[in-house]
Amino acid sequence: MNTEKNIKTLIVKKPLKLDCGKTIKDFPIAYETYGSLNSKKDNAILVFHALTGDQFVTGINPVTNKEGWWSYAVGPDKAIDTNKYFVICSNVIGGCMGSYGPSHKDPDQKIFGTNFPVITINDMVNAQYNLLDHFGIDKLFSITGGSMGGMQVLQFISNFPNKSKTVIPIATTSSHSAQNIAFNELGRQAITADSNWKDGNYTSNNTNPGKGLAVARMAAHITYLSKKGLQEKFGRKLQEREDLKFGFDADFQIESYLRYQGSVFVDRFDANSYLYITRAMDYFDLAKQFKGNLSDAFINTKAKFFIISFTSDWLYPTQENKDIVIALNSIGADVGFVEIESDKGHDSFLLDVPDFLSALKNFLDKSYEEN
Amino acid sequence: MKNEFQVIADLIEKDKKVLDVGCADGTLMKFLKDNKNINIRGLEISKEKVQECIAKGLTVIEGNAEKDLKQFPDKSFDYVVLSQTLQAFLNPELVLNELLRVGKKAIVTIPNFGYWKVRFHLLFKGTMPITKTLPDEWYNTPNLHMCTIKDFFHFVKSKDIKIFKSLALNNLNSSIINESNLGVKNLFADLGIFLIEK
Repeated sequence: MNTEKNIKTLIVKKPLKLDCGKTIKDFPIAYETYGSLNSKKDNAILVFHALTGDQFVTGINPVTNKEGWWSYAVGPDKAIDTNKYFVICSNVIGGCMGSYGPSHKDPDQKIFGTNFPVITINDMVNAQYNLLDHFGIDKLFSITGGSMGGMQVLQFISNFPNKSKTVIPIATTSSHSAQNIAFNELGRQAITADSNWKDGNYTSNNTNPGKGLAVARMAAHITYLSKKGLQEKFGRKLQEREDLKFGFDADFQIESYLRYQGSVFVDRFDANSYLYITRAMDYFDLAKQFKGNLSDAFINTKAKFFIISFTSDWLYPTQENKDIVIALNSIGADVGFVEIESDKGHDSFLLDVPDFLSALKNFLDKSYEEN
Repeated sequence: MKNEFQVIADLIEKDKKVLDVGCADGTLMKFLKDNKNINIRGLEISKEKVQECIAKGLTVIEGNAEKDLKQFPDKSFDYVVLSQTLQAFLNPELVLNELLRVGKKAIVTIPNFGYWKVRFHLLFKGTMPITKTLPDEWYNTPNLHMCTIKDFFHFVKSKDIKIFKSLALNNLNSSIINESNLGVKNLFADLGIFLIEK
């Protein structure tokens, strides 16, 4: 799955104790950078990716040969302007783009599969923190990310309150809801129900649970879009046919679209990583780490927060983003908030939504001027 | 910047923490931040205005004063400013109480329905008054609870709210309002500015 030569890797020597109790060491973190770090080292932005993202934020992803997942937002003169800022992004541990994950080998040279330790959002950010030392950065200018990337943003600033000047969680939540867990479980069941999954040992069996992973992706993809967006784009339009065929082929364009999304996903993503990362999201409950008081997660930080949600996002709706704003306001933190009007659902943060991109750009650039 | 904002800014000492409720495009916030080193936050309902504030580098929360003030702790700001918006709330008394809970002091300005031009308009034209501070038609005005300077003055007193300063504004002139000149100020000012505390 990996084209190793295109992947930059930091080997973390320091042992990392995971939430599950196990300790990992000498493990790889795969990362990519864009722009350049200035001499004061005060222009670095750490971007955290979402469930199926990777370190290749923008430009052409050298492994998939597709556009990076945040190409609309990151690049020269874009919202996160790489002429000005040094952008770092790393693949989460548990992932499948070079960072330590279930497709790696254990010390006995056996592929981990489901013997890889269960990881959490907390473990992910603790692992990525090593990148600051690697680049000699004392304090980041900003940390940002949408969806699971936003969860990592919240966890990072809670763990390392003095390590970023600004904090931008986008379309996210401080705690995975029952509905979020339900959708993730649906995806995991689709994978493990595929007879090619082989209890996670598909690589050694030369099989691939592609059908299950595709179904997981299809179900999840629906949650990233809005009803209105789907209706406007597809409605009841038929796929390359004049009339219904009275069968089970993809009669409707939406069916064909989802099948396509499922099939291309299988080419670039590992089924076990999907299990591990969705599990990490489900376990995420930042308030629980602070005895139910979310404000306490941020009590030690002086960072400037800017929280962004989208009107049509029903996966991490505005209210869940506002709950973070409320927790911050109740301790007098410096927090701004805007809900962006968009029909594009949860995926809005990845798409060309001008109001979102301009808010992000203005916040970053104005905050940097005040530096 | 309009004269009202200059008068409000003069009421606020340097280096304070201020919340501007209904901050619109952030003109007053920007002035306070740049000229008085104020640690300033805004609350604004309009998405477009919030965007304008962000473009000015201001910290603004998109929200509704009637619902979203409750998230701020007691006395967490030195001043809370509410400019010409009190009359537009469903429940102005509730909002006023919230302002006084969140702020150590509140600065509230009201368009004066007792202004002589307003009275003349209604008396001689017989239609709902339209003036500089009341620019909308009856059918599209956001104002639900118009009041006069006198009304507000009496209301505040009856609620045991302390008035530190009350000013009448007419074009560029501001003057002190007190019990004895209330009737005159109520006739000649188009805007009332009140510095209050509870």
